[in-house]
Amino acid sequence: MKLAQNLFEPTISQISAEHINRPSTTLLQDAWRRFKKNKLAMAGLITLVGLIIFSFIGPFLIKFNYMDNDLMNQYLEPSWIHPFGTDALGRDTMARLMYGGRVSLAIGFVSVLINLSIGVFYGGISGYFGGRIDNLMMRIIDIIYSVPELLYVILLMVVLGSEGGLINIMIVLGIVNWMGMARIVRGQILVLREQEYVLAARTLGASTTRLLLKHLIPNALGPIIITSALAIPLAIFMEAFLSFIGIGIQPPFASWGSLAAEGRMNIPSYPYSLFFPAAAIAITMLAFNFVGDGLRDAFDPKMRK
Amino acid sequence: MAKYLLQRIASAVLVLWIVVSLTFVLMHSIPGGPFSREKQVPPAVLKNLEERYHMNDPLSKQYIDYMKNVAQFNLGPTFRYEGRTVNDLIKDGLPKTATIGFLATIIALGGGLLLGSIAALWHNKTPDGVATFIATIGVSVPSFVMATFLQYYLGYKLGLFPPVGWNNGAFKNLVLPSIALGAYPIAQITRLMRTSMLDVLSQDYIRTARSKGLPGCVIIGRHAMRNALLPVVTYLGPFFAYILTGNFVVEYVFNIPGIGQFFVTSITNRDYSTIMGMTVLFCSLLVVFNLLVDIAYTFIDPRIKLTGQKGA
Repeated sequence: MKLAQNLFEPTISQISAEHINRPSTTLLQDAWRRFKKNKLAMAGLITLVGLIIFSFIGPFLIKFNYMDNDLMNQYLEPSWIHPFGTDALGRDTMARLMYGGRVSLAIGFVSVLINLSIGVFYGGISGYFGGRIDNLMMRIIDIIYSVPELLYVILLMVVLGSEGGLINIMIVLGIVNWMGMARIVRGQILVLREQEYVLAARTLGASTTRLLLKHLIPNALGPIIITSALAIPLAIFMEAFLSFIGIGIQPPFASWGSLAAEGRMNIPSYPYSLFFPAAAIAITMLAFNFVGDGLRDAFDPKMRK
Repeated sequence: MAKYLLQRIASAVLVLWIVVSLTFVLMHSIPGGPFSREKQVPPAVLKNLEERYHMNDPLSKQYIDYMKNVAQFNLGPTFRYEGRTVNDLIKDGLPKTATIGFLATIIALGGGLLLGSIAALWHNKTPDGVATFIATIGVSVPSFVMATFLQYYLGYKLGLFPPVGWNNGAFKNLVLPSIALGAYPIAQITRLMRTSMLDVLSQDYIRTARSKGLPGCVIIGRHAMRNALLPVVTYLGPFFAYILTGNFVVEYVFNIPGIGQFFVTSITNRDYSTIMGMTVLFCSLLVVFNLLVDIAYTFIDPRIKLTGQKGA
């Protein structure tokens, strides 16, 4: 048997082989990398950016104001001057949609921010301490869950009064929808707190606050972001419902929901007035749902290749 | 099982009591009362009215009296509807609401399970796309918009179904309201079913069934369905809550004299006894449904045992 000489050469020093070539990626960078590959989710994200530009920058680009009446031009069909037509008082529908978009999106984001803060705080404490406290806190959530939430939304709206408008709606929607978030955060924390790195951090003398804020909640970030992305369209929906029963945004102010509720009355004579706000809501819902599903895939460790 | 049921009923009564008390407090903190109208009621009349409805008693006494009545299933007289009790309102309205809710449940469950299974069987092919598209439409339009479009186009323009009215529960009057109510949950169920069916179909025992040469419908119906159903059953609790409260929109748009209307009008009218009555009714129904869902678990998946479960 003939053996080549080079088989017996010593291997090259191991140091370079152990060198990590790729820079370490954080959870968010990793998720973003996978999110970018998902076409539907990216389409949703681009649509959302488009809607935000439409609602927040659009009003500066058109010459009509959302509350200027023009009684000579009621119920105009869509045209070059009024791309989406005009409403019962001759107001430009596009201007109203832009303004309504601002209100609807703001309600979505702010109310979810409120329920996120309450949910993360509540769920974090419940999951971290566990045992009796956890049991008690979760029973409280069970009780709140068994109430039809619309009943509380309506009651609270009537207590606060819809004159307060936007702020009240945001607060009410924020404080009735946090239970789902709390449950998810609690579930995550319950698993995470048993991990070795938490034990290590605790051994090194980290305080409870530090453990929660620095170690536990950042690791539960994925589910928190997903839940938030899917909660925003629900808040927009809920606001639309409030407008429908007449305790949402009051005219001359507008949201997509209140525009749709207004348009509903005029549908036999002028279907456009329902169609455009409904389309705006539908597009927003689709975009948020695509983004939410995309985020779920992006944060799912099973999808990691 | 009996012990478990007793435990559940006891906790349900506790939950109901807490919810009713909370609503009582919230309700009395609403500004204005049942007799504050745009036209001022003369003070003497107001006094008599308050006397008659025991509204001049201290709140604590009103609360205790109310609780005593509720314990005997007496929800008290309404403030807005002359000579009728809340029990009357429920007796008249609930069957109508329940009929539509039942039909919507059939539409949502039947359609959702079918669409979800189809989507999973033809994963990433045209039927999947179609099913997902239908499912997405349902979740992206508010129910009042959906109801109005159905009413206007199918009912009014095409004249396929009567656009409004109850008409003694004639079937053609029920079609549009049921579809409008079922559209949102059909979408949710389709999505749940698709995900869980995909999960189940990738399991080894399904491959075994397939390699034995069983036809697709037997694989789905006999082997995959029961396991894939579990996430859907979990969704049924929130689903029934939706059917109960979602009814308001549908009843309003299609002008059906069900129970859903009182849910909103009682609050804007400050009709105290009706608000409380609705709370009690909805919460009890919800508690019962949730209990049924938990029991249904054990039938679908015998591996699940209720008694050992903590706080199910």
